Amino acid sequence: MRRSAVVALNTFREAVRDRVLYNLVFFALLMMVAAIAVGQISIGIEQIVIVSLGLSAISVIGLLISVFLGVALVSKEMDKRTLHALLAKPVRRWEFLLGKFGGLVLTLAVNTAAMALGLLLAMLYVKHSLERSDATVLVAVYFILLKLALIVALALLFSCFTTPLLAILFTAGLYTVGLYVQELRNLPLELLSPAMTAFTKWLSYLLPNFENFNVMAMAAHGRAVPVALILQNTLYTVVYCTIVLAIASVVFSRRNLK
Amino acid sequence: MPDLAIEIENLTKEYPFGFLHLKKKTSLEGLNMQVETGEVFGFIGPNGAGKSTTIKLLMGLIFPTAGSARILDKPISDVEMHRDVGYLPEQPHFYDYLTAAELLDYFARFHDLTAADQKERVQRMLKKVGLETARKIQLRKYSKGMLQRVGLAQAILHDPKVVILDEPMSGLDPVGRREVRDIILELKREGKTVMFSTHILSDAEMLCDRVGVIVGGKLRGVGAPGQIVDMKTQGMEILFELPGGSNAPLLSKATRTGDRYRLQVAEEELYGAIEQLRGAGARILSVSQVKATLEEFFMNLVEADRAQAAAVEVSEK
Repeated sequence: MRRSAVVALNTFREAVRDRVLYNLVFFALLMMVAAIAVGQISIGIEQIVIVSLGLSAISVIGLLISVFLGVALVSKEMDKRTLHALLAKPVRRWEFLLGKFGGLVLTLAVNTAAMALGLLLAMLYVKHSLERSDATVLVAVYFILLKLALIVALALLFSCFTTPLLAILFTAGLYTVGLYVQELRNLPLELLSPAMTAFTKWLSYLLPNFENFNVMAMAAHGRAVPVALILQNTLYTVVYCTIVLAIASVVFSRRNLK
Repeated sequence: MPDLAIEIENLTKEYPFGFLHLKKKTSLEGLNMQVETGEVFGFIGPNGAGKSTTIKLLMGLIFPTAGSARILDKPISDVEMHRDVGYLPEQPHFYDYLTAAELLDYFARFHDLTAADQKERVQRMLKKVGLETARKIQLRKYSKGMLQRVGLAQAILHDPKVVILDEPMSGLDPVGRREVRDIILELKREGKTVMFSTHILSDAEMLCDRVGVIVGGKLRGVGAPGQIVDMKTQGMEILFELPGGSNAPLLSKATRTGDRYRLQVAEEELYGAIEQLRGAGARILSVSQVKATLEEFFMNLVEADRAQAAAVEVSEK
């Protein structure tokens, strides 16, 4: 674990030095423009507009970072052969993978926290005060972070056995499918054969369910998110990430480096 | 400490290729080799001979198709083995956003060192490889030679018992090569085992207690550089001058350089040849044993391997 932490901190340092956090400037500008514009054009629905816009921006920026950097975490090290000197140290391959995962999740956590702060400041500017119910925004941001962690784990898995381009496509594809898992579960079963019913049910539990992480509407309307959902999503992310990372470790531990 | 630092048994590496990976290319074929504790062992061979493949197998970067290897009595699959082993990859690449000091500090954290020890070792290594003044410059601004020095520093940072260097002289200028040679000799004086691959034969002859010659994925000979060469030593060379000129038949076999001639003959023909030359009025300057160099031995193997490969290709057609 200590070795994974060393790798994680270096991954975070890499992200900072590669100016990944510069996206915060873009987000800050977006929030400033939105806050001023919302104040002038949306009467009575300022909170809905600014929260929806802010959470969407946090989600999209985080998605881009998690997919592209998630895939590059391992593939870049293999392509540039920086991994050779590292794996010649007493580091197990799974410790390296866990460290890379942890480092990017840490980067995303810092990035997301900074953006959440920006969103709260924009809300304060629009509403002139913050209420207790606005804390739901923080829960929504936390769910986005959980979702991003899942995406990083998937990107990491795909990059362990395929090319970076295919890994990006697979990750993006799986994310898109994961948004509609609920629909898959709600298919009119009476129209399907028993085999097909079993298959779609099995598939819907196998695929990552990203729909549960979307509480944007609740946050926009200041409605509280049930504690059970917070626990459920946290547990779901931990278990799913553990399984995905375990598979990635098995694949990566058998891989011949260039 | 065990007598053998590195033991390799029947190590084989095949790479699948082609559609559905049905064909296989053998990079290393049944390698059996041992490196004794405390010796400097040179692993020599042309590009693509299997040197880097062997070293990557030893370091656990790739996995053998067959066979096994042990370093300091630990199987290469045991990650703890790396505590006592230092490794310099071929044409090393490091995180270019780090400075040399940061990179060494990062690598030092994987070993069980105290913070003070880590700091002291990083300083000492930077001084040892001559990068003290460049310690705060990001590696992306380093030349190839400087990167090679950083690579060497990280390989010996944790005071390993066995140091494995893949083409350590590659990309270095004469000064850099001399410095690397000095470091290897210093490691030997400290009692470390050093195994390094190279295709620069003069370095191997100069530094190594023993060398292993690998060509086409097969080990072709192991021994002290002198021993390997001695096995192939044949013939005598006569150096002479011939002031008046002559038509002696032996002269057609001699090589002329200025006023002097060199003639190579088999050992048993030496006295006969000297008599003939004296009869023709030659002045004998010296007679010496013809010692094949490591390079000649090496080239003979490479050429034989190429001829064999060509023969296989023709027969397949």
